[in-house]
Amino acid sequence: MTTTPTTTALDRALRAALAGHDRPPRPSALSASRTFGWRALLKLKHVPEQLTDVIGIPIIFTLGFTYLFGGALAGSTRAYLQFLLPGTLVMTVVLVTTFSGVTLNTDITTGVFDRFRSLSIWRPAPIVGPLLGDTGRYLVASTLVVTLGLALGYRPDGGVAGVLAGMALVIGFAFGLSWVWTALGLVLRTPTAVNNLSLLVLFPLTLASNIFVDPTTMPGWLRAFIEVNPITHVVTATRGLLAGTATAGQVGWVLAASAALTAVFAPLTMHLYRRRH
Amino acid sequence: MTAQPTLAVETSGLVKTFGTTRAVDGVDLRVPAGSVYGLLGPNGAGKTTIIRILTTLLRPDTGTARVFGDDVVAEADAVRGRIALTGQYAAVDLDLTGRENLVLLARLLGYPRRPARTRVEELLDAFDLAEAADRLVKTYSGGMRRRLDITASLIVTPQLLVLDEPTTGLDPHNRNQVWDIVRALVADGTTVLLTTQYLEEADQLADRIAVMDRGRVIAEGSPGQLKASVGAGALRLRLPDPTQRADARRLLAQALGVPVHPASDPAALSARVTDSRRVLGALAELAGAGIAVADFALAQPSLDEVFLALTGRPTGIDDTTKEDAA
Repeated sequence: MTTTPTTTALDRALRAALAGHDRPPRPSALSASRTFGWRALLKLKHVPEQLTDVIGIPIIFTLGFTYLFGGALAGSTRAYLQFLLPGTLVMTVVLVTTFSGVTLNTDITTGVFDRFRSLSIWRPAPIVGPLLGDTGRYLVASTLVVTLGLALGYRPDGGVAGVLAGMALVIGFAFGLSWVWTALGLVLRTPTAVNNLSLLVLFPLTLASNIFVDPTTMPGWLRAFIEVNPITHVVTATRGLLAGTATAGQVGWVLAASAALTAVFAPLTMHLYRRRH
Repeated sequence: MTAQPTLAVETSGLVKTFGTTRAVDGVDLRVPAGSVYGLLGPNGAGKTTIIRILTTLLRPDTGTARVFGDDVVAEADAVRGRIALTGQYAAVDLDLTGRENLVLLARLLGYPRRPARTRVEELLDAFDLAEAADRLVKTYSGGMRRRLDITASLIVTPQLLVLDEPTTGLDPHNRNQVWDIVRALVADGTTVLLTTQYLEEADQLADRIAVMDRGRVIAEGSPGQLKASVGAGALRLRLPDPTQRADARRLLAQALGVPVHPASDPAALSARVTDSRRVLGALAELAGAGIAVADFALAQPSLDEVFLALTGRPTGIDDTTKEDAA
């Protein structure tokens, strides 16, 4: 074909770059997973929209509910914010979890996932690694919400320890919940479908909960739903931790639920992953 | 069985069905180590399915496939340690920079942090990607994405490089670059298995070609053998004066020794040429008879013509569709 000087130069540089690069030892399971976690965090840096889109909704709710209804609901906007903020924290982080499924599905549809699957690495790493990276995303999201709350006048009675414990609990629950979306991400055909379905599940769960108001004045059927809604339990425990009044039972329920979600959906995800074609 | 394998790829009786479609229907391939092997066929012929089985992404229903002696199902991880795959669509992360994409893969291949960076710098320079290295890949042109994609497959020198339609959708400049890369690799001892829809590409690169149709290999051999079975190519020519077409047709048929067909264009003629050496003489006879020629072309047989010759029917698939049914 062409024998232009540029082709020859390219050829020479290429041969130098290609000559005998043997494969280093296979990376450990931890190293491979951490590399995928690093990738998830890089995406957060390059595509911050993925965070702001989801955080925007809880912020609007926080500001809207606090200033529109806060006085009427709790006597004063400040008193209402004390009640609302832990709920906003849960809502935000829970909504951010949907990206675990969306990003996985995007990797599958673009073919990036095939490249990962054709590498000699610890098999679960392309699934487990991003989820570990996603906990970094949850940390950023929860820090943003708490900072917003503090700026608006939220004062947690549980102090720094209470806030950190509350954030840790929410992040732990989010990790368990992420497995649901990775399973979905392996089954559904497009990233949009994953996004729509996960939001379709999460919106009713977050709205019909104790995030915005105390359910004692609601009709019985709704109260019955709210009482079994897992989000309600997470909010109650988080509220307790932030206020320094949490009981072992409240926190234990959330830890058990997170463990149960992981115990069911992590093996299901891995099963679906291995069975792809 | 444990002797040093001289075959990079060996499949026998490979079958894969999707629903009622037999995407791969009993394929036996033998790819010698150190060669370039082309899988040639239209969309839906089963090329990509074979690639996916060989790269451990898909399990065959029946039959076996070995890569340098390792079974793709039972010894999948060993196979993964020998291969690199560049799929049909640039499988790079659009949300990361070019450099980050390569560092990510270098780390996953086992390079420690600093050596990964050093190796990636070297590759960015060699593949002419240094300038764009810190831009997000979503801003890259199609040719640059393809180059990054191939670079990602060459961080370590694979024993077998698998390229699925490496130049589909590329302009001639970028296509030549990909071809240069393949040639440089082969000179270095890597075996290359590629799929293509273009006879020209297979002819340029491959030592052996398997022509595929509906999940089966319908012809196998060197490009020379394959082309000999099809004819050297197609001669097409146009006359400035359409009234001379009948005379021109008669003269050409005599000189070429093959039937010459009038085209729908009233000034054009075409012929399937078996011996390209006779074309010059035929054109000289036209000139001698005072028949001017406006333009002429002797083209390689297209995939369609190969198909027609081998199967008696055209590929029946629009050239512009780029998808290969799984």
